[in-house]
Amino acid sequence: MSEPAIRIDHLHVRFDEYYVLQDIHAEIQEESFVAIVGPNGAGKSTLLRTLLGLVIPTEGNVTIFGKEPRNVPADRIGYVPQIKTMDRSFPAQSIELVLTGLNRRWPWTKSKEDYEKALAALEKVGAAHLAKRALSKLSGGELQRVCLARSIVRQPRLVMLDEPATGIDAVGEADMYRDLELYRREAKATVVMITHDWHVAMHHADRVLLINQKQISFDAPSVALSEENLRRAFGHIGHEHGLLSLVKSNG
Amino acid sequence: MGEILSLPFMQRALLGGILVGILASYYGVFIVQRGLSFLGSGLAHAAFGGVALGLLLGAEPLWVAAIFTIVVALGIAWVRLRTNLGGDTTIGIFFAVSMALGIVFLFMRKEYTNDAFAYLFGSILSVTERDLWMTAIVCVLSLFSWPLWKRWSYATFDRELAQSDRLPVVRDDYYLSILIAITVVAAIKVVGIVLIAAFLVIPAATARLMSPTFRLMTILSVLTGVVSAVCGLFLSYYLDVPSGATIILLQAALFVSAMILKTLFRHKA
Ligand SMILES: Nc1ncnc2c1ncn2[C@@H]1O[C@H](COP(=O)(O)OP(=O)(O)OP(=O)(O)O)[C@@H](O)[C@H]1O
Ligand SMILES: [Mg+2]
Repeated sequence: MSEPAIRIDHLHVRFDEYYVLQDIHAEIQEESFVAIVGPNGAGKSTLLRTLLGLVIPTEGNVTIFGKEPRNVPADRIGYVPQIKTMDRSFPAQSIELVLTGLNRRWPWTKSKEDYEKALAALEKVGAAHLAKRALSKLSGGELQRVCLARSIVRQPRLVMLDEPATGIDAVGEADMYRDLELYRREAKATVVMITHDWHVAMHHADRVLLINQKQISFDAPSVALSEENLRRAFGHIGHEHGLLSLVKSNG
Repeated sequence: MGEILSLPFMQRALLGGILVGILASYYGVFIVQRGLSFLGSGLAHAAFGGVALGLLLGAEPLWVAAIFTIVVALGIAWVRLRTNLGGDTTIGIFFAVSMALGIVFLFMRKEYTNDAFAYLFGSILSVTERDLWMTAIVCVLSLFSWPLWKRWSYATFDRELAQSDRLPVVRDDYYLSILIAITVVAAIKVVGIVLIAAFLVIPAATARLMSPTFRLMTILSVLTGVVSAVCGLFLSYYLDVPSGATIILLQAALFVSAMILKTLFRHKA
């Protein structure tokens, strides 16, 4: 078997004296689509930020394509952050944000070649008409699409998304997953996505990781999950017997 | 006109004013967009502490102030990074401590401190060759740091995103702090400690009103800074009022004009 896209081994992350992640193990194969779910504060974003090299493991290690996150060439990874960290008042056109995905710098000038690549990425997510629009005037869903275009413009082999559906209406959300899926197939890319929506996890991902109480408390292919089981798991987060019965019923 | 230009003090003031106008309005863009307008005040008061220390020690006040202000700027950046105190709280603490130190230093000096006036309000007569050297140093550093515009801008937009793209955001921030600190000190003789904060902020705010992109904001801010510095220095000479106040009032006039233009355009569109 080839090297997995992501290998997480014995990972612990501690902030000050408080452990946020404890003994996480997982392997994510290339070309898979993994959804990470779990309650607020469970450590999902921390896990993603560790994979991006933004958080250094306190113990254990993480490799992306066989390398430490910080040594992975940045253009292999596309990241769609939670849009709430952005400065929405920043004077910029959408296309400039997409260009940061190519050059990893805010553009002063743009070459024709880069401009066309950026425009093509916007087109792919159905947002070419937004290219010249001011970032501050985009709706949440439009901004999310521009961010998706930004992440795929560099043709990454791994796309990581942190709650990309926040603030998007149902139609916008469905479109976004369709565009993401299209890219994944076309580029044979791996996708890791944090979501709060079990239905999304089940229907779009091929594997679901539930993070709860600092650990992966549940890891299963999404085909093995029935809606009823999911409901039960969500309702029983933290209750030992709930999770046990879920695992049992999955065989 | 040709006559004043042949006066050595005016030549120094103009050269200093133009360079400092460019620098302050350039760094002002990052200050304004990062919501750190208060940083200008904080550093100006740090500079006051430094100038007072320089006067007390009988050393060149601006050079002592430069070191003092850089230390304070790094201190502010460090505390902000290490704690989750807001920027304004951190700056407020350093602000008060530097001011208090400055007052103590001035009192310890005992002599009558008439020369403090030029530092507080700016005076075109007071720009010396040595002051210009300090300005020249920041200019050269800034020129070499020109490629950093792209990184500082990216981190201004979204720090986490810039970090995820492997930009050394923390190191860049410290460096930006140092450059802003020296700029503040270099601007003291022309603008005066009391008004430096406005000098950093108003051109960038004016540009912000008219710019759809950060690049244009940077260009317009620098233009505003230079034009107001040059016109302000001439006016200050003819009207015989402190140069700092004249420059700031001009900048304010430009800001108001931009505001009015923007409102008019809104109504048309
Ligand atoms: N830089 C930090 N310093 C200290 N504590 C942190 C830091 N980042 C996160 N935490 C803490 O770690 C825990 C997990 O946070 P994280 O953001 O990973 O949760 P999450 O699962 O993404 O939650 P949500 O669903 O709300 O986004 C939280 O208790 C949070 O307070
Ligand atoms: Mg989160």
